[in-house]
Amino acid sequence: MKVLQIKNLKKRYGEKEIIKGISFEMEKGETVVVIGPSGTGKSTMLMCINRLTEPDGGEIYLNENQITGSKHPEIFRQKIGMVFQEFNLFNHLTVLNNVMIGPMRVKKFSREKAESIAKENLKKVGLELQMHAYPAQLSGGQKQRVGIARALAMEPDLILFDEPTSALDPELVGEVLEVIKKLAREGMTMLIVTHEIGFAKDVADRIIFMENGEIIEEGVPSLILNNPSQERTRQFLAKFMEGR
Amino acid sequence: MIHFINVFVNAFPFLMDGLVFTVELALSSIAIGFVIGIIVGISRSYGKKWSYMISTGFVEVIRGTPLLVQLFIFYFALPQIGIRLSPIIASIISFSINSGAYQAEYIRGAIQSVDTGQMKAALSIGMTKWQAITRVVMPQALIKVIPSWTNEFVYLIKYTSVAYLVGVPELMAQGEFIASRNFEFMNVFLSVAIIYLVIVLFITWGFSRIEKMVRMPGV
Repeated sequence: MKVLQIKNLKKRYGEKEIIKGISFEMEKGETVVVIGPSGTGKSTMLMCINRLTEPDGGEIYLNENQITGSKHPEIFRQKIGMVFQEFNLFNHLTVLNNVMIGPMRVKKFSREKAESIAKENLKKVGLELQMHAYPAQLSGGQKQRVGIARALAMEPDLILFDEPTSALDPELVGEVLEVIKKLAREGMTMLIVTHEIGFAKDVADRIIFMENGEIIEEGVPSLILNNPSQERTRQFLAKFMEGR
Repeated sequence: MIHFINVFVNAFPFLMDGLVFTVELALSSIAIGFVIGIIVGISRSYGKKWSYMISTGFVEVIRGTPLLVQLFIFYFALPQIGIRLSPIIASIISFSINSGAYQAEYIRGAIQSVDTGQMKAALSIGMTKWQAITRVVMPQALIKVIPSWTNEFVYLIKYTSVAYLVGVPELMAQGEFIASRNFEFMNVFLSVAIIYLVIVLFITWGFSRIEKMVRMPGV
């Protein structure tokens, strides 16, 4: 079954067209990684999928139900997790409450049930010992793992990752990537925007290369990373390797 | 000094009668103003066109005119169109509205100081905008607003003294009343000032305690 279908998605800010008609699909259990230069609309595209940013054109379907045009995007957002570059943990809540608040306030689960779901997911990301800490007391890597647990607690059909390691110190990147890899092995459907090419190679079933609001090419990692058919992809990867 | 103490002791019961009104005015106005401030502050931050325009207009009009003029409109002008209010009611209404406009601005500022990512994250787990505001943004904004809110309370305590001009027998009015009888202007008004000061210091201390209690790392 198609978990996500995007048809001719468009977004503009004023005169500038950020996304120029993007289409792709994701199967259940698939991990798709989006790479490409900064400022080419990768994050905007993610925000359009759960309509945190309102698209200007095109259609988006989750499990064959149309998200675009729905009067209640919050119903779809319950099924689409999102992990942010800047973590965006709720600063006034403890780690446990950050993860509980979704099941409790959105799904209206009882406190006990929400708490047990939260604890289970904190355990999954290895943070059950920190559950009474506040976000400000955690390292960046820990914060991002809480962010992942918060998304998981809603039992989503799809998780969107918006450069989940870009705001992290290099030595903290690994622990977050490990958690994401674990989720991939467990069959979570994930769409990941990242600059970690090595990670993309490891975790992706498919890589999409985006530039200037368009998909330039897509395919399995070995193809895109080792033998790209498009000159632009080649240039991007070459620049990237130099930078390392 | 002994003379001052004598005057103070004699005036004290009258001043306490006045203080009851002062506290009553300040407490009810800060509370009603808080409700107004929350509604107007949220509407200024998240309102659609009309609610934004109305709430912005309200804030600008109230902040752009003197408190005393507002009070006189409620007490002296409204009777001309058939609405008669007692001095205390007219005072509470005008102080509440006035304080509400200022509190709205403090609350709006606090809402703006909450990172926009908080709203995004709340929406991303499926909260409605209203849930995101009440469960995520406002709790943080209300913690951040405490210092400016303390300020507002302190101002309000002192501004209630203008209610004496419409005949509310509050602290300032009582001082005026006593001084006009015993002609001890210096000693009586010093006593009045001391009482205001003690109240204000007490409130400032109390709110700094509250602030320490509710403050959490990172907010």
